[in-house]
Formats: sequence, structure tokens, C-alpha cells
Amino acid sequence: MAEQHPVGFQWVVEAKERGAKVIHVDPRFTRTSAMADLHVPIRAGTDIAFLGGIVNYIFENDAWFRDYVRAFTNGPVILKSDFKDTEDAGGFFSGWDPGRSAYSVDTWSYNKSSGETAAGKAEQEADVSGEQAHGAHGFSLSKGRPPDIDDSMEDDRCVLQVLKRHYARYTPEMVEEICGCPKERFLEVARAMCERSGRERTSSVCYAVGWTQHTTGVQNIRAACIVQLLLGNVGRPGGGVLALRGHANIQGSTDIPTLYNILPGYIPMPHPQAHPSLDKFVELNGPRNGAWGELRAYMVSMLKAWWGDAATEDNDFCFQYLPRIDGDHSHYATMLKMLDGGVKGLFAVGQNPTVGSANAKLQRMALGKLDWLVVRDFSETETAAFWRDSPEIDSGEVRREEIGTEVFFLPAAAHTEKDGNFTNTQRLLQWHHKAVEPPGDCRSELHWIYHLGRRVREKLTGSADERDRPILDLTWDYPVQGPQDEPDAESVLQEIGGRRADGTFVTKYEELCDDGSTACGSWIHAGIYGEGVNQSARRKAHREQNWVANEWGWAWPKNIRMIYNRASADPEGRPWSERKRYVWWDAEEGKWTGLGDNPDFPPDKEPDYVPSRRARGMAAIRGDTPFVLHPDGLGWLYAPSGLVDGPLPAHYEPQESPFPNALYAQQQNPTRQIFHRPENPYNPTDGEAGAAVFPFVLTTYRLTEHHTAGGMSRTVPYLSELQPELFCEVSPQLAEERGLEHGGWATIVSARSAIEARVLVTDRVKPLRIQGRDMHLVGVPYHWGRRGLATGDSANELLPLALDNNVHISEYKVATCDIRPGRRPRGRDRLALVEDYRRRAGVKH
Amino acid sequence: MVQSICPYCAVGCGQKVYVKDERVVQIEGDPDSPISRGRLCPKGAASENLVNSPLRETKVKYRRPHGTDWEDLSLEEATEMIADRLIAARRDTWEEETDDGRPLKRTLGVAFLGGATLDSEENYLIKKFFTAAGAVSIENQARI
Repeated sequence: MAEQHPVGFQWVVEAKERGAKVIHVDPRFTRTSAMADLHVPIRAGTDIAFLGGIVNYIFENDAWFRDYVRAFTNGPVILKSDFKDTEDAGGFFSGWDPGRSAYSVDTWSYNKSSGETAAGKAEQEADVSGEQAHGAHGFSLSKGRPPDIDDSMEDDRCVLQVLKRHYARYTPEMVEEICGCPKERFLEVARAMCERSGRERTSSVCYAVGWTQHTTGVQNIRAACIVQLLLGNVGRPGGGVLALRGHANIQGSTDIPTLYNILPGYIPMPHPQAHPSLDKFVELNGPRNGAWGELRAYMVSMLKAWWGDAATEDNDFCFQYLPRIDGDHSHYATMLKMLDGGVKGLFAVGQNPTVGSANAKLQRMALGKLDWLVVRDFSETETAAFWRDSPEIDSGEVRREEIGTEVFFLPAAAHTEKDGNFTNTQRLLQWHHKAVEPPGDCRSELHWIYHLGRRVREKLTGSADERDRPILDLTWDYPVQGPQDEPDAESVLQEIGGRRADGTFVTKYEELCDDGSTACGSWIHAGIYGEGVNQSARRKAHREQNWVANEWGWAWPKNIRMIYNRASADPEGRPWSERKRYVWWDAEEGKWTGLGDNPDFPPDKEPDYVPSRRARGMAAIRGDTPFVLHPDGLGWLYAPSGLVDGPLPAHYEPQESPFPNALYAQQQNPTRQIFHRPENPYNPTDGEAGAAVFPFVLTTYRLTEHHTAGGMSRTVPYLSELQPELFCEVSPQLAEERGLEHGGWATIVSARSAIEARVLVTDRVKPLRIQGRDMHLVGVPYHWGRRGLATGDSANELLPLALDNNVHISEYKVATCDIRPGRRPRGRDRLALVEDYRRRAGVKH
Repeated sequence: MVQSICPYCAVGCGQKVYVKDERVVQIEGDPDSPISRGRLCPKGAASENLVNSPLRETKVKYRRPHGTDWEDLSLEEATEMIADRLIAARRDTWEEETDDGRPLKRTLGVAFLGGATLDSEENYLIKKFFTAAGAVSIENQARI
């Protein structure tokens, strides 16, 4: 955190000065470790074993927050009798179908609650990622609670007992065996977490997105959520599981997505089998209860924002204009399709996949199969230059003249040259103002897409083709201004934030209607232009308000700064403690109040409110269940739907690992996505012949002075001077074993490629003792490429595609490799070296 | 001076952008921000160096199929050519329905990659336009 989010880390340092204990769990020692009370190195890719160990410790020491767990989580809920845990089924949950390499999830749901996972199941069969399923279609509830509950949490089949058994073997000894973290050190972490949680104290877990870059990425985060729910650390000040994301608007580009499987506000994209009509779409995707119960209003309002007067009750509000997804159309699936010649054109806009994506060579080869490529960026990135400057051109594998891709490079405007919103990692939208006009041909993306759309619409005008109607009927009349006809970004924000039929602005998502009388581009942003004011541009200085600072910018939804904050009060609505009060029930006023944040709860819902059997939407949420996005209002220790690889996190080894899975016979996550093809060979893993050819664990990471794939830092003189050259970090022991010299060169090899880096011999990476062997780590920052001021090989040349099937994110954070002294061979000899490794390891294509 | 937000990571530090003669001359941390209280990290502090980088391209560049070098092209002409290619690729790769006759109404032949460095308003229009055009392979760095 001190490396990647240094200014955010000031708050951690401040907390430490006030007595907080700071623990850093990371394979390598960084600036964060230097500031922490305790640095705990673990083997990359063993996070679930570590966190599962904490869960085990919590139960062994009876340290869980009983009142919180009983009231606010699904700990008391009874599961179906035919559910089987990984403990009972050799590392698989019940429902494993080896033929499809996928789970049937029927047995994972709550008891006496039939059909609730139907939506998830249909989507799984359509190979659509689990994040789409907002859980629990047809979830049956009794007075707002799941129908079969044991409040004593002693029933063998209740979630709490299942959880306890699931992690029973994740003992401190097992943590040491898998993670390489001495038992005593692990216990210090577990003890500190438990001692600093409860009524009077809270603990938080901060992670950067490297945690998601595993074949068990989603379950890594889930495991942290389980720890935090058991300790009562969610929805309370100082608690939470906090994602520290790496781009200025990566949160915003998820909320208002440029992602294949969702529409703005996490509304699923429809698919052909399940969604013949708007009604059916709503029925399958919107649970009756909770905030998602009003999905139809959100969807109709979005369709009205997009298609305006053309969207009517009679035509399902143009629901049929939406294209359908019926599989994985994510980044990697698209690159593989491209490699096979199935994609004609690609727009790469501020993203540099030939440096930032796994298996860089595969990315370049795919680009070479396009008819045309449009790159928009500040400078000529490696992606823009792939046809004239690449390892394949060096080696003679391909010549420029052979690449048929037509390439357009369009220079982009900087943040100082346009108005617009960045959403920071805590859902806070902050408007940035234009300072100057962009130079030359540089334009904002708003300018680019608006004028491209305008031109396409002009060219299609008069078309009788039905498929052109969605483009021609689109609302696309944004006012333009200035010398370059720049579209007015505020007018787009107004559309996102929502209007009523009379043109006035809505103030919250509860005002959205399903009859076409409101238009709102993104329901979670409803109200961002409330009262006719750009709420995201508010700038009341922090000195002039309290620490909640809710008059600076605007957070979705409804300017709520801490989500699920109803959980900061006990079931009766009283603060759990004076120290940790945040939002509470004011019985006299009959409303939720607090320190200044908006309650993430209906403002006048009494804590003892019990819904009637027929209630739906938010009316079906009890007064004592804070997790309003879930139909049962509960925090899910156990996820009855939504995930493709299991309702509980289990430790699996990475795709490539030098070690066997010490917990289960199943080595890797059985649902992971792997692609066996010549362009994507895998190193043999433990148990396979040839694994010893790649004996070391490889991990990749970022540096303070560079940014992601380098497009915004390797072109910046100051930053390039601060970190001029690629290096790898190795321990003194590994350096001695392999004859690596500090300051000299090393070549790092995988079945994909070989790269060279300067050697940094350092105690920052230590060998770990695992299963009786020393494990050596090779650490490589991934920022470098061939363009810009600071050049070097790209770490992503080394990595394979191996994805978490929940979200199709690749395992960037761990693979295996070999390392040898000296620079890598040049030209064709580089290929020959890699080919020799493949032959020795018996790599199968 | 205008108030801005750092374009690098997702902490969202406040920036003050100083302009002289239509040029950004200095970018400093915004002491009013409750997030950053005036601080910037090495990257944020180098923002002026980013927007005025000597490596920044300000002209459209074009590489024809099988070409060996970049050529010049006007922004107007490039936009026109891209619009034509988009329309043609969409038409040529259109999928109207599944084998069993259910609607798909899409193209997998045109893809988009990027977004985490863009503004939300930009992403909104990109998703809106490409979805209306039937392109579904719309992705960004959140998948990294």
C-alpha cells in the first residue's frame, strides 16, 4: 500500500500513531513492511490457506462476534442435506460434473428454498460469469428470513457449523506447511486480528488487485470477507475489506462498465436462452427482495435514457435492441478469437495489452490477425507499435510486410484537457475540470466517441435494415462547445444521474419508475445531478466538515460513504459501542441518524420491522438486516449462489506450482480456465514430469515510480529517471545457488519466453521453508516495454493465460520459472533457448 | 488555477492545476481534499511532466496494411475511415440469432479494450454506442 497508494497509506500511518497494529502479509518486503509492526512473507498463491487458518483460529479460540454473526450473517441458516463440502468429496463440492468441468449448483442453496439458484445455474450453463447473478432468484423468505434457521447455530447443517468443519484442517501447522510462514508468526497475526475486533474495536483488510490475479482470485476476497464477517468488521468504522485499485477510474469503469457482461450499475447483459422478454429478464435476474427487487425500474430507466421516445411500453422499452451474450466474451476470450481470425477490428483506448496482459507474445500475434486496429493513447505504446517493434520482428519470426493489420494512432487528451469524473477506489466520484485545450489532434474520448457515433449515424441514415435501428434511435444529441466541438460532459452526467419526465433531476434510485416516466443511465448513480447540481464537483474543504466529509464529491449510491453502515448499530439500532458509533436509530425522531453519512438503509425503517409475506423490494428487508443488496439482507459467510467454483473458499495450488496441494487430492481449482494451445504452453506443475526444470516461484508487481503498463510513466522524464531499468529481486541464497551477481544481468525463463533483467540481490525476498524444501521467489515488476524513455523486457512475456472462471482474470501473481546469470540471447537464439527448456521439461502444447 | 484529480491510481488525490498562457505550468496537491490533504506521490507530483511530456504525440498516425512505416493522416480523414470500417466489420460479422432461432443481434467482430484511464462519462457513451451497435466484446483494465 505504501508503494502503490502512498497517499492513501498516510491514513494507515496515522492510525498506527494512534495505536493501531499494522500487519503486512506479502511475499516480499516493501515500504509497507518497513512501516508495519509485522511483516509476514508467505508463498505467492497461498492466501486462502492463510485466511482459512485465521477462520480456524477464530473458531478454536471462540473469538467470533456472536451477536453480530447471529443477527447479520447467514451463519444460522440451514443448508440442504445433499450439500457436500470439499472435506467430504476429495476437494470438490457437491455437484461436480467432470464432463463439463463445471458444477451444478442446485445443492448449494438454503434448505427449504427451492429454485433460488435457477438464475445462477442458467447463466453457468451458458458459460456466463457468476458475477452476473445477483443471487437468489425466487429466494423464499419467511418474515424476511430464510425459512430454515437455527438461531443457536448448533445444527450440524447450519452455515456456521459447515464453515467450522470446512476449515478444521487449516491449522497453524498446515498454514506453515503451505504458506511457509512460521506457526508463531501466523498466530501473532490471528491473535492481533481477534484482539482488535469486537464491540469496541474494528480491524480492516486492505488489498490491491493482485489478490484477484489468481485462479482463486474471487475466493481470496471471499475468504477475507468471511474473516471480517465472523469478527464483525463489516459496515462499521475502521472495518471492511478494502480494495485498493490501480487506475484513476478503474472503479468507475466497472460501475459504468466497459465490460462485456454488465450494463451500467451492474445490471446483467441479457442472453438468448434465458431472456426472451424484459419480464423474463427481470424475473431471472432480479430477486424479489432487497435493492435488486426494483431491477425493472432500473432497467427501464436505462433503456429510456438510451433510446428516449423510441422506448415505449409496447416495445418492451427497446429491450430487444440489446445484443445478447452467450459465453465468455471477455478480454482473453476475445484475444483468442482474434488469434483465430474471428475479430476484424479492435479499439485499444488507454490500454496497452502487449505489456499489461499475460502472454504478451500471444497478444501481439492476435493483433497481427486483425483487419484494423485503432489505438488511442498519449504516445506510441507497444500496442500501437506491435507491427514494427517486437521480439518476433527481432527474431525474424515475422516481418513488418507480412502483417496485414491497418493501424490508426489517435492522440488522446490528458485529464487537464477535459471535464469529467474519476471514481476513486471507495466509490467516490470527483469531478476534474478542464484547464487547457488539448494540443494538435489530441481529443478527449468523449469527443472521439461522440463524433464517431455521430458520423456512423449519418452514414446509416435512411437505412431500412432493422439491425441499424438501435443506432439510429439512440439518444445522441449532446450539446457541443469550444473550438473543437467538445461534447458537454455535464450533459452526459445529467443523463447518467437521471431525470423525471418533466426534465427535473431525480435525487435517489428509489425515485426510478418502471413505467418509462424516468430516464436514468445508471441507477446506482441516480441523484448525482440532484437539485440540478453537479454533486461530484462539490469541494468543501476537509477542515470545514467532519471526517466523514460527505460534502466533498459524491459517492454512489446516494452519497453513502460507508456501504452497509446499518451494521454499525446492533439489531435494535443502538451503536455496538460508543467508540465505534457511526449510524444508529433515533427512536424519538423515528429515523436513522449518525455522524453525517447517509444511512445505507431506508431512513425510517424501524429496527424491529418485520415484512409481511407478500412484501417485495426494500419492503421485504427486515429492520435488523443491513446487507440490502442481498435478498435476505444478510452478510454471506456462505455464498448460496453467484459463484462458479464453490460456496466457500478452498485452498488450491496455482496453475503452476512447485508443490502438491497439502489439503486436497485436487491440485488446482477445478473450474479454472486454461487454454491448451501452442501459443500458450504451461510449465509442468508439481507431480508432472519436468516440473523441476522450472523450480522457482515467479511473482510480478508494481513500483511506486511507474504506472501499470508504463504508458503514463515510461514516457515521463522524472519517473523514468527514478526507475530507469527493469530488475528482478532474488535472495542472496538464490543468487549463490544460480551464480547471480548484484547489479549484473539475469535471464528468466518460462515455457512462454525468456526475458532479461538487472539483478537485485536482497533480503527483501527470503527463501521460505515449505514441505521440507526451500522455496525461492523471483520477483519482477511488470511495467517495462520497448517504447518510451525507460525501456526493458516485459514480465508478461513470461506468464500464461490461466483464469479464474468467475471473472476471467488471469493468474498474474504466480507462476513458475527458471533463472540463470547473464543477458538473454538475441534474435532467434532467444527462441532456441525457450525451445530447449520446453524440450527438457516435456512441455506439451 | 483549476481543481482536478490525479490521473494515476484510484486513491483520487486532489490536484491544483496552474495555467499560464494556455499552458499547464504546475500541478500541486490540493490541501482542501479530505482524501489527500495536499499530498501527492512521485507519480502524482510528476503529472505536469506527463501532460507536457516530450514523448507525447499530438498528430494522427497511420500505418497501411503491410506498410513498413507510419504515414500522416488528418484527424477528419481518420475518423471517416474508422467509421466506414466499423460499419463494414459490423455488417460482415453480424450474428442475428442462435442455431435454434433465438435472438443474438450482435457482432463479435469488433472489440473495445480500455476504460480505466478514461472518465465515467466517456465510458458511458462508449458502452452506450457500442452496445447499440451490437458489439459485446467491450472490456477494460478491470479484467487485468
